[in-house]
Amino acid sequence: MELFELSIAEAREKLDKKEISSFELTQSVFSRIDDVEKKLDAYITICREDALQAAQEADKRIASGETTPLLGIPVSVKDLICTKGVKTTCASKILKDFVPPYDASVVEALKKDGAVITGKVNMDEFAMGSSTENSAFKITRNPWDTSRIPGGSSGGSAVSVAADMCLLSLGSDTGGSIRQPASHCGVTGFKPSYGRVSRYGLVAFASSLDQIGPFTKTVEDAAIAMNTIAFHDPKDSTSYPDASPDYTSYLEKGMKGVKVGVIKEYIEAEGIDPEVSAAVKNSLEVYKSLGAEIVEVSLPHTKYAVPAYYVIAPSEASSNLARYDGVRFGFRAESEDLLEMYQETRSSGFGAEVKRRIIIGTYALSAGYYDAYYGQAQKVRTLIAEDFKKAFEKADILLSPVTPEPPFKIGEKNDDPLTMYLSDIFTISANLAGIPGISIPCGTAGGNLPVGLQLMAPAFEEGKILKAGYNFQCETAFHKNKPVL
Amino acid sequence: MTISKDEVLYVAHLARLEIHDEEMDKLASQTDDILSYVAELKKADTENVDPTAQSLSLVNRLREDEPGETLGSENAVKNSADHYDGMFVVPKVVKG
Repeated sequence: MELFELSIAEAREKLDKKEISSFELTQSVFSRIDDVEKKLDAYITICREDALQAAQEADKRIASGETTPLLGIPVSVKDLICTKGVKTTCASKILKDFVPPYDASVVEALKKDGAVITGKVNMDEFAMGSSTENSAFKITRNPWDTSRIPGGSSGGSAVSVAADMCLLSLGSDTGGSIRQPASHCGVTGFKPSYGRVSRYGLVAFASSLDQIGPFTKTVEDAAIAMNTIAFHDPKDSTSYPDASPDYTSYLEKGMKGVKVGVIKEYIEAEGIDPEVSAAVKNSLEVYKSLGAEIVEVSLPHTKYAVPAYYVIAPSEASSNLARYDGVRFGFRAESEDLLEMYQETRSSGFGAEVKRRIIIGTYALSAGYYDAYYGQAQKVRTLIAEDFKKAFEKADILLSPVTPEPPFKIGEKNDDPLTMYLSDIFTISANLAGIPGISIPCGTAGGNLPVGLQLMAPAFEEGKILKAGYNFQCETAFHKNKPVL
Repeated sequence: MTISKDEVLYVAHLARLEIHDEEMDKLASQTDDILSYVAELKKADTENVDPTAQSLSLVNRLREDEPGETLGSENAVKNSADHYDGMFVVPKVVKG
């Protein structure tokens, strides 16, 4: 077994017993990057020298008897999380040369822990997209079939973990951007509750929906990563004030008496691939065999979730992205006067999907349309959150597919943004309601393409998901499958 | 049709985006598709429903007004295309 194949838990044990060094582990990860990156294009910036230096420092700390959850562990970071002194581009031409003067709070936490940052990974521009095809720089490929998309927007994060080009990646999820690529790449992708992980230093897309979370090889590793990245941060006024629990304490066997809810509207949704349905049904059998009780629940406002999201997210984006005007940072177009500078900078700096969403959002917020679009979407958001509250009176966790179909071919849906939006149907509601969700591998479709299982729990009850996911991975081996590269 | 080409142009101007002729047809029809789709929302019965701006039930977070660390003006302007003496430099505001 190569060192780059290790999980965080396995590496932690070997590092602490001094069987391996972080330097060796990091070198192994970079040799893997050298071998497969040209086929996959997961990284935008590779930080080899800094990483090897951080690994040596981690080894010194380990030698002195210190141990922290991520000490010496190679981690990639989605390129919209600020890293001091290292370019943070958001996969956009407008931030092509942006070098943040500060670290995001999560990056500060990684560094304090002694994690080794391997580099910055690709994404859809400003996290807008479900395929990573909207990156201004490169198209990331799915390691299971390089003619297919890895999902998005955190496609680089998912691929870097699936292809062993890091042991952990931090991504962000606004409407499914962690769970959907995790599903498509066969890794574990965890979106914590809104507010659980600080957004300070996360470049804002839709501030009431954005949440940072980990991509890992196992649920156990997701719990380990949460112990480092989840804390109250006074720099983020939406950061949850209560102390975070020890997330690894939920990793215990036993599902007896746990009520697993199956969502009626999701099962009946049109266009679900039969192999995806079969994999999810099979997962229910796994939980039944573990002693869980299966109950049916209803989320009656499901049909409004995608429309509400595609009003709220673009509205917030149109406001957040107003800052890219060429004045304080990023690309600036040559121009005669200020207005021309704003227009030229934004028109040539943003890609097509970003412009489309700015226009939708600006329209939805403009005089005369505000109540019909944004106001109404916010009310529908309340209804969706109430649906979940009722469902969680009957069930401890909810189980569903992550995405209706396996990953599509690169280029297949380029001209059809609306069809692309519709594939977010199972993930979007969790963001609107602010609840946590995970994607874990549960089968295959279309040959060997991974299929993910989504588990959701009430807000700030991440432990229920981690426990259920851990139990699933103790019983099954889907998460151990590796793409052949 | 939910939105006309003129309206797309107007909204783009509000957002300080210039739409080139060759982008226009595709952008207008895609925007119209999306807006027609999200118009589905109007069918939801939201009488007596309060809007949700964000999912946490937190209200304003206050803290003592104590000075902390700052970036400093040199660091703050470093990423700007044009700056002078810790200030941002922009082209002239008024034409002429």
